[in-house]
Amino acid sequence: MLTHLPVLVVLAPLLAAPVASLMRGAFAPWVVATLVSWFSLVCSLLLLAQVGEQGVIVYNMGGWEAPWGIEYRIDFANALLLVLITGMASVVMPYARLSVRQEIGEERSPMFYAAMLLLILGLCGMTATGDAFNIFVFLEISSLATYTLLAMGKDRRALTSSFSYLVMGTIGGTFYLIGVGFLYVMTGTLNIVDLAERLPALSDSATVRTGFAFIVTGICLKLALFPLHLWLPNAYTFAPSAVTALIGATATKVAVYVLVRMIFTMFGVEFSFVEIPLSYVLVPLAVVGLLSASSVSIMQLNIKRMLAYSSVAQISYIILGIGMGTAMGLTAALLHVFNHGIMKAALFMSLGAVAYRMGGVELKDMNGLAKTMPLTFWAFVIGGLSLIGVPLTVGFVSKWHLILAALELGWWPVVVVILVGSILALIYIGRVVEAGFFKEPADNTRREAPAGLLIPLWILVIANIWLGIDTRLTVDIAEAAAAQLMAGGVVL
Amino acid sequence: MSGLGIWNYVIFIFLMMAGLYMMISSSNLIKKIIGLNVFQTSVFFMYISFGYVEGGAGPVLTEGVTLYTNPLPHVLILTAIVVGVATTAVGLALTIRIKESFGSIEEDDLHKMDPSI
Repeated sequence: MLTHLPVLVVLAPLLAAPVASLMRGAFAPWVVATLVSWFSLVCSLLLLAQVGEQGVIVYNMGGWEAPWGIEYRIDFANALLLVLITGMASVVMPYARLSVRQEIGEERSPMFYAAMLLLILGLCGMTATGDAFNIFVFLEISSLATYTLLAMGKDRRALTSSFSYLVMGTIGGTFYLIGVGFLYVMTGTLNIVDLAERLPALSDSATVRTGFAFIVTGICLKLALFPLHLWLPNAYTFAPSAVTALIGATATKVAVYVLVRMIFTMFGVEFSFVEIPLSYVLVPLAVVGLLSASSVSIMQLNIKRMLAYSSVAQISYIILGIGMGTAMGLTAALLHVFNHGIMKAALFMSLGAVAYRMGGVELKDMNGLAKTMPLTFWAFVIGGLSLIGVPLTVGFVSKWHLILAALELGWWPVVVVILVGSILALIYIGRVVEAGFFKEPADNTRREAPAGLLIPLWILVIANIWLGIDTRLTVDIAEAAAAQLMAGGVVL
Repeated sequence: MSGLGIWNYVIFIFLMMAGLYMMISSSNLIKKIIGLNVFQTSVFFMYISFGYVEGGAGPVLTEGVTLYTNPLPHVLILTAIVVGVATTAVGLALTIRIKESFGSIEEDDLHKMDPSI
């Protein structure tokens, strides 16, 4: 069984999704979804340990060797991402039971859990596979599940936000497909390692360069890089709480991973950063995105929308790290992918708990929360501190590495931008904290969220602090992943 | 591949741009979905046309034939067509629900009802 781990991570949710959709009521599909998420998490952790022992794991689907068959190729980067996806799913699923019962209702629950499982399947598949076309298929599976889940929000604007994401997401996916087609015409292969071997000889070809442009643009639409982020704020704001927590923590991160895989493994550092000046595109966009999205989130009255804009800003940090094109920058980017996933999930889950009790997540709903819902509120505060990048939280670890990477290149203005971004985060988180501590609640009775919401939430909050103090695990894995990625796809 | 000259690519680019333009310019959600379909189909055409090898036979093993067209792009596009159909279905379902809850599928009307859309 241990040799089949790469495919089990993907297969378990795939098989469980139709089972969940056939069940009745809310409880049975929830049990299935939760158990499958936990099973996938165990598989991912075992995979990470295996990669640590044996190096890169290659799994030939159906026994067909690459390049004829599809291969799954697990190195440190995807093992880390798989742990993030399945880990977040394992925490969000238990949390979903109460939140979904209130926001979606029993009748639609089986379909909701089936869609959640399909989303996890798509994300894990994109991460695990070593085939460029296979990534497109899994990308569309995860996107279709996302459109469905977004449309389940209570507000009717969830429908329009889902529709605009459907249009933009499909353009992004199709751009990626065009790019892959161009590469296939030039090389005759779809296997990423094969492509990495053949592309350097063709680096002067206009077709390959156009393909590169299509792929990067398509994925940047998916990961919501400024100015392609317009679908994200509405989508996150109106989606059900559990969906926002899972998507906010994983979906854009997997798109980031695909971008990294394309830029570093498939095209290689030489092509992406020397022959094509990708830094000059990514870094300015990231800087503008970081400052503008952070500034916009200060003005939001809906806290979920505020965090959605903050997600755009945090994605910009990650793109900044990738845009540096160095091993240190890439390490910082991968660290922030993982760490931002943990902190954003914690923040969105605490907002979900507020919505569960207060019925809304406007700034006025946060008034006096320190008295009425102390545990939920403190979870939000710790998640917020992590977002700002206060020492002893995970946010500090990744921002520290990002600043070190910028200093290594002598990019002083970028260091200033990163610090300004943190100050802006301090302002928008500070507004909520101020309302929670110092404003008087409309109703002074204590109404803490139920344990079913608090326990998963606090697991993530403790992970935020634990991984912020004991940084060896994440930093070592991110460094090893960056070293593998910098070496390109040919050297294994 | 040269059997079609560059005409296949001209058609592909024309269809792609027509689809993109339709998605951007029309305010009606159904028209947007039609544009999306045209856009996706143009990419299918591109894949299918570059699988053709000049003088190649259909990719079925036949006595005495050595040159075959490439079947792989066709197989890939079969998958992509399924994805396209699923996307259209979800898009249409969303449109129906938007019509039910807003009473309109014109984006301009939706904007007037709620500026944040």
